[in-house]
Amino acid sequence: MQIYLPIAEISLDVFLLFAMGGGVGFLSGLFGVGGGFLMTPLLIFIGVSPAVAVASEANQVVAASASGVLVHMRRGHVDFKMGSVLLAGGIAGSSFGVWLYSLLRAMGQLDLVISLSYVAFLGIIGSLMLGESVRAVLRRGRAGAARRKLHQHTWLHGLPFKIRFRKSKLYISALLPLAIGFFVGILSAIMGVGGGFIIVPVMIYVLGMPTITVVGTSLFQIIFVTANVTFLQAVNNQTVDVFLALILLTGGVIGAQFGGRFAGRLPGEYLRLLLGAFVLFVGAVMMFTLVVTPEDIYSLGGGVG
Amino acid sequence: MTGRGLKVLALAAALALAPVHGGLKAQGLVADASRHLVAITTGFVGTEVLLFGATEGEGDVIIVVRGPARRVVVRRKGRHAGIWVNDAEMTFRDVPSYYWLASSKPIETLLRPASVDRHGIGVQHLRLAAVGKVDADDLAGFRAALIRNKVLNGLYTVRPRDVNFLGQRLFRSTVYFPANVPTGSYTVHVFFVRNGSVASAQTVPLTIAKIGIGADVYRFAHASSALYGLIAIAIALLAGLFAGVIFRKA
Repeated sequence: MQIYLPIAEISLDVFLLFAMGGGVGFLSGLFGVGGGFLMTPLLIFIGVSPAVAVASEANQVVAASASGVLVHMRRGHVDFKMGSVLLAGGIAGSSFGVWLYSLLRAMGQLDLVISLSYVAFLGIIGSLMLGESVRAVLRRGRAGAARRKLHQHTWLHGLPFKIRFRKSKLYISALLPLAIGFFVGILSAIMGVGGGFIIVPVMIYVLGMPTITVVGTSLFQIIFVTANVTFLQAVNNQTVDVFLALILLTGGVIGAQFGGRFAGRLPGEYLRLLLGAFVLFVGAVMMFTLVVTPEDIYSLGGGVG
Repeated sequence: MTGRGLKVLALAAALALAPVHGGLKAQGLVADASRHLVAITTGFVGTEVLLFGATEGEGDVIIVVRGPARRVVVRRKGRHAGIWVNDAEMTFRDVPSYYWLASSKPIETLLRPASVDRHGIGVQHLRLAAVGKVDADDLAGFRAALIRNKVLNGLYTVRPRDVNFLGQRLFRSTVYFPANVPTGSYTVHVFFVRNGSVASAQTVPLTIAKIGIGADVYRFAHASSALYGLIAIAIALLAGLFAGVIFRKA
């Protein structure tokens, strides 16, 4: 059944969109990630313009994060203080990101920057994840690994404006989460992702946050950052398609429930291994589109006026 | 469609057989469309419009449908450090967003080259003006690319022999508008051709507009974009929280 999407200005099959939402939702439930990094390239692939894909996906991530954060709040696994500092950086970063987005679009370099960002970040994160999980799988069976220190002290702990984050048992400079929030905010605006797949490892490995509060806190701040992206894209570019977002999120929420149930049956390191391989795969596909000779080296830009 | 088509043809026949009044005699041509408004609704997957009419005496008919003129940027990729990057662009103004050409015989057998050029008939004869100073060698490539991409997107179509005559005076043709058709004011130019030149011409207006919920959403998103953004966020938040609550109970 075809539906005409009023903002995207194309007709797409409702069931295809629903299935895409469900499939990506399943993976996001399975791996505990937002799934924006999969959905945005998929939307572009089926013919939605990058501008509409990124903006509408941000709108969908608002819903996905809101439904996910509830569980973590009930269990008290959200560090609101840390979340607020990340968020302050995230709002500034995503606002800057939307501005940058409009600029790149006018210059005709938006698609290139989106693809390059995907290649770079999916490549780095995927490799790290794969390496770490392979080591973990190899370690498995070798019992009694030495207990690690909570975190290592580095130059990062010498930065000014130190704040105590009780819930996360951290005493670190506020500049760190601010900078991380800012950086991920930019990516959120340009790549149409929540940024969980970047912010979660950074919080664990760079900030040394306990894993238990990381996911809830990241979801908490992602809600507001993606809401900010949605708002600014709607105002500046009028590219948020509510119909598209609604169909995707309906499929997404259902898929995520099944994914979540499936996740309990696999050990954590195997899950991370799978996710790492998957992330690398998406990055490689993006790389391929940049390197392969295009069918037509000419393309048409926006028809304005 | 056929029932309606027949009715339309009957009307055209009545027009053609009616006593010849001044207007028709002077024009030598009457033409109309089966509808003057194409509505893009939520279920829109493309549509057809029947164009029909009658000519006075023998001759051929060329139909040109043009969409609203737009400014289009054409970009060219080049290979840099192994990856393909947009590194050149050219802007064309007054580019018809849609172009459909149908004729009763191939154009080159109907019209002298000078007439083809004067009336801008056929995609190769569109007046596509580049903005600013451009290199003449580059221009040909960019111009061809613009037309090629429009044809590929189904927005530029040429159909020789797609205007059918019933007898010698009644003609009909079907124009197709795909799902990605741009909205706005269209014009249908009908040319009556005799002895290698245009004997008479008529213009029929046509409007393509979004209608219904989709149109309201589009208008709202552009007219009150801040409020639209806030509502989009509210819907997403509510849907997310709702799902979270439902699945906790399940």
